Amino acid sequence: MDGLINGLYGIPVAGLAFQFGGYVLALLPILAQTTEAVAIPLALAAMCGVLCERSGVVNIGIEGIMLVGAFVGWIVAAGWALQFGTGDPLPLFGITPALVIGVVAALLAGMLLALLHAWLAISVRVDQIISGVILNILALGATGYLNTLIASHSPPGAGAFQALALPSQITSLPLVGWIIGALFGQGPIGILTLVIVVLFQVLLFRSRWGLRTRAAGEHPKAAETVGIDVIRLRYRNVIASGALAALGGAYLSMEQTNSFQADMSAGRGFIGLAAMIVGRWTPIGAYGAAILFAMGTALGQAISIGPPNGQLGDLLTLLPSQFFDALPYVVTIVILAGVVGRSIPPAADGRPYEREATT
Amino acid sequence: MTDPVVDQPLALEMRRITKRYPGVVANDSIDLDLRQGEIHALLGENGAGKTTLMNVLYGLARPDEGEIRIGGQAVTIAGPSDAIARGITMVHQHFMLVPVLSVAENVVLGDETMRGPILLDRREADRRIAALAARFGFDIDPDARVGTLSVGQQQRVEILKALYRESRVLVLDEPTAVLTPQETEEIFALLRRLAAEGGHSIIFISHKLYEVLEIADRITVLRRGRVVGSRSPEQTSEEDLAALMVGRDVQLTVDRGESHPAGPALVVEGLRVHDDRGQETVRGVDLEVRAGEILGIAGVAGNGQDELVEAIVGLRQASAGSVQLAGRSVTAAGARVHNEAGVGYVPADRHRFGLILGFPIEDNVVLTSYYRAPFARGILRQDGAIAAAASEAIARYDVRTPSPTVTAATLSGGNQQKVVVAREFDRDLVLLVLDQPTRGLDVGSIEFIHKQIIAKRNAGTAVLLVSAELDEVLEMSDRIAVMYRGELVATRDGRTADKNEIGLLMATGRHTEPQAVPS
Amino acid sequence: MTAAPSARPRLGLAVRAWALLAVPTVAIVLSLLVGAVIIFVFSVIVAREAFDPALPLKAYGALFNGSLGSFDGLVETAVQAAPLLLAGLGVAVGFRAGLFNIGAQGQFLLGALGAVWIGASLADASPVVVIPLALLVSVLVGAAWAGIAGYLKATSGAHEVVTTIMLNYVALALLSWLVAGPLRLTNSPQPVTAGVGNAALPILIGRDGHIGILIALAAVPLVWFLLHRTTIGFEIRSVGANADAARYAGMRPRFVILLTMALAGGLAGLAGGTTLLGLSQQMPAGYSTTVGFDAITVALLGRSNPWGVLPASILFGAMRAGAGSMQIQAGVPADLVYIIQAIILLFLIVDVLLRKLPGLRGARTGLVTSAAVVHVAGGESG
Repeated sequence: MDGLINGLYGIPVAGLAFQFGGYVLALLPILAQTTEAVAIPLALAAMCGVLCERSGVVNIGIEGIMLVGAFVGWIVAAGWALQFGTGDPLPLFGITPALVIGVVAALLAGMLLALLHAWLAISVRVDQIISGVILNILALGATGYLNTLIASHSPPGAGAFQALALPSQITSLPLVGWIIGALFGQGPIGILTLVIVVLFQVLLFRSRWGLRTRAAGEHPKAAETVGIDVIRLRYRNVIASGALAALGGAYLSMEQTNSFQADMSAGRGFIGLAAMIVGRWTPIGAYGAAILFAMGTALGQAISIGPPNGQLGDLLTLLPSQFFDALPYVVTIVILAGVVGRSIPPAADGRPYEREATT
Repeated sequence: MTDPVVDQPLALEMRRITKRYPGVVANDSIDLDLRQGEIHALLGENGAGKTTLMNVLYGLARPDEGEIRIGGQAVTIAGPSDAIARGITMVHQHFMLVPVLSVAENVVLGDETMRGPILLDRREADRRIAALAARFGFDIDPDARVGTLSVGQQQRVEILKALYRESRVLVLDEPTAVLTPQETEEIFALLRRLAAEGGHSIIFISHKLYEVLEIADRITVLRRGRVVGSRSPEQTSEEDLAALMVGRDVQLTVDRGESHPAGPALVVEGLRVHDDRGQETVRGVDLEVRAGEILGIAGVAGNGQDELVEAIVGLRQASAGSVQLAGRSVTAAGARVHNEAGVGYVPADRHRFGLILGFPIEDNVVLTSYYRAPFARGILRQDGAIAAAASEAIARYDVRTPSPTVTAATLSGGNQQKVVVAREFDRDLVLLVLDQPTRGLDVGSIEFIHKQIIAKRNAGTAVLLVSAELDEVLEMSDRIAVMYRGELVATRDGRTADKNEIGLLMATGRHTEPQAVPS
Repeated sequence: MTAAPSARPRLGLAVRAWALLAVPTVAIVLSLLVGAVIIFVFSVIVAREAFDPALPLKAYGALFNGSLGSFDGLVETAVQAAPLLLAGLGVAVGFRAGLFNIGAQGQFLLGALGAVWIGASLADASPVVVIPLALLVSVLVGAAWAGIAGYLKATSGAHEVVTTIMLNYVALALLSWLVAGPLRLTNSPQPVTAGVGNAALPILIGRDGHIGILIALAAVPLVWFLLHRTTIGFEIRSVGANADAARYAGMRPRFVILLTMALAGGLAGLAGGTTLLGLSQQMPAGYSTTVGFDAITVALLGRSNPWGVLPASILFGAMRAGAGSMQIQAGVPADLVYIIQAIILLFLIVDVLLRKLPGLRGARTGLVTSAAVVHVAGGESG
């Protein structure tokens, strides 16, 4: 067997592909886990996008909401911990009251910001892309401003959520062990994300709310003629979507790390939008696309930490680290350009709906 | 058909319904009775008031005077959900169906069959839909996506929506406008069963005389907002109905004089064109327009005229056939080539193809020639020449505006059209194509534009005039062709054309009355 | 729309100016007020300082002093405004065609890098040769970078909002790699390029006032001329206003999109080139700039009109020039400027509500950005 593998590796050019395959297989558990971890905020951003656009509202401001979620979550948790102490973290996920309060605050802040966008897009009926851009600028400014203000006090964070430590009996199961390890070896927000994706998919296509949402996004007039209040529906959905994006932000500052940096979201909101498009505006599809985008980053991290041996490794170490930094964004562009021509958004996406005035 | 309907109780009464909009009385003291189990046709031309009356019934408009009674009780209908709750369902002319959703999803939308508080009960919905369909004798797959269905089947989905909600009164707005004859027969069979077996009452809005005679128990004719007659089919004929619909008012006619046509300027052969949704709406059209004559194409909107015209002026690619201008083939060329070859185009949707509303009038005047002398030298625009041309156009075509630099959006509809006309007419043209040129305009502008068209014709231009207004076509055309379902079904001489015959051709594609249906 | 032309009285110049300026002015004033409230609220709550009623005044005072209240301040304002003006012009041109160019940041950075590369490579050449060459390269690089997004939009319909933002991040990575690698100044502890030597822009005024300021100013009438006096500009505006009518007029919307993005990118690239050649004269790997969002704000505030972008860029240049002083002297973080930016935009687009304020009823309002999504190849992309 080893002889065969070495033989395969030795083939010029094509051998590189085999080496690469071998490298990935060897690292699969850790690679999968990292991919999932990177994908979580992307997936949440994509869920926010799917919810908004399925209802008929374009939301470019996901990035801003994530940033605000990250900041508010972190600062409220840190503030709470400062005032009341952290207490003993629960063994499960390392939950403390401070962290929970932080997440709740983040969700509320996200919903508030989303309300602003909803008002501008649905009632005032401005250009929805501009409204999203404003959201982003506001978020950047507000979080930067407040971050600078408190930087002088440099509060310690409130800690972070801990990932689930799965017993090795499960993770070493053949074939499925690594998947389970990847999906469930995450913190609470990460696992919650999985639940959200599945729940969202079911609700969108099998519940009354989902049916009405899809109708509002495709043909709001038809929905109105059967008595559905499209305006109210859109408001509720957009506000709820803010919670999703904010959750993604909270993940960044309270689960993946225990800190906040300026521009922490680093474009994830937009990658989430791309994932939504590639995933054809379905929760499961968007999640899959998020995994796709995350793979690039995860691979890059793995290679820089422990490159493969042999020819492939030599080749890869030639690539600058910035190559892997740029990879998720390049992948996004390539997939977007290849796919989008054949992707059809909800028919009424981005078009403000004016209720037929009863004359 | 024998008629027990007359003795049935009244399902619905509309009494003295009056609705005014600024400048027009859309409904003028209209009375309409609907008996249980009756199929009642509402007939009238565009603008006669049928849509307004139904909007009032459906709660989309509040009547200024009059009342509605359901089952003897006076009611106020607050909106569509209220109307639905009272058992009235409207099947709109432009289907209110969501193409990406399934039949079942479309039918239950808004009144969903549930399993528990959150989830839909698809199986139950499917079962009930299948049962309803079977009861009334047609086939439908509840899981099919509506967008994949034929128009006739979509029609049935709309009707299913009403049946699912156990509506007693169905209002069908121009239901056969987009159906094939075969599908029309199927719908009629369904409607008869709904009325006879289901006890549903149906209001059938149409302008198709033959069908109305076939399906209705009673016919009410509207003209200019008033009821001008109420008949049962035995008491009337198509000519009678046509006369009622169109009226005997004296129309303002322009004396178009004699035409002296020369050689062919436009030759179209075997043209086939698809619309944006991929449907073939122009199905093998041959036509010819000679220099110095006006060929009018009459037809109900939506029979392929828009696509035909767009293909002729270079805005849409034909899928088969050829277009020749003064002997030169321009079939695959774009709009600029056609323009430079001497084609002028007055589009049906002037806000889409005709003008850039946000731009000043002078830019709109030079919209198709901005890139060449005298309006540009190289890439530099010559503002002086542009302004001069604009002033001249405004004066010559009597556009009412304070200055050539105000945006086109500030002009009235008639003046906007005059700007388009000024631009397109004000040069030597081989072919002038006009699509609904006077739609929505005031009388003065209409007369003006008609005169300009005749002048152009007399100067030797070939004119292709497409219009849904039969009067306009009769008045202006030297030759008349009728477009029906993507084909030109007849050509007549403009001097001898018979209005009723043309009307019949527009509505049915046939020019003679069929044999009377045995009762 | 019915016209009643003869009924309209002839408006005096002052009245017309008021109509044009009223809403932006009110928006700015209101946002400064909101900014003051923010300063109050957060200085007390978050920074735990004593309530100082004069704090906003101190802050705005420092802001003013650092920008318009002194000679040095004025020069600094001009220096800060110049790149905003150029990049803002680029974004404005995009808006006129209905395109949302969010990629000014990436175009700026790569354009700057291009200029610095030329300058560093030809550091001893005559300034008369190397400066125009370097600036030209910055324009071309920026145009090419934006052109990628333009090409993708024209061919596949990929929405330029997402692609230009992605390209921003790629540009950052590219910058980091190039400066740490091939372009790195040997023996420097931090990754940074070599100095540009003779390509440094000459200083005209004050300590930092380089000729990039003049270049930016010259760009304003040039861009206006392009948009309003040339056939190309007419096509750009037409495609943005009504792509269908533009097609009937014989224009090619796809080509116009590509051209416009390239133009916008070229201006942003020039902004980068002038800034790096004028101010820093060498480029570190981690060079950061906020010009991307600022340019959008400036373009929107200026209603996508070159002559409007000019005062808007001066306003924001002043804010950036004074923000440093504001932070130092009044302890108010410089990011307040962003918040004010966003609030101005907010008030601008909500002009419907603003118009209800007395005195503004006659004001012509509306954010001119043309059609939000251009109808190309049939589909509207999300």
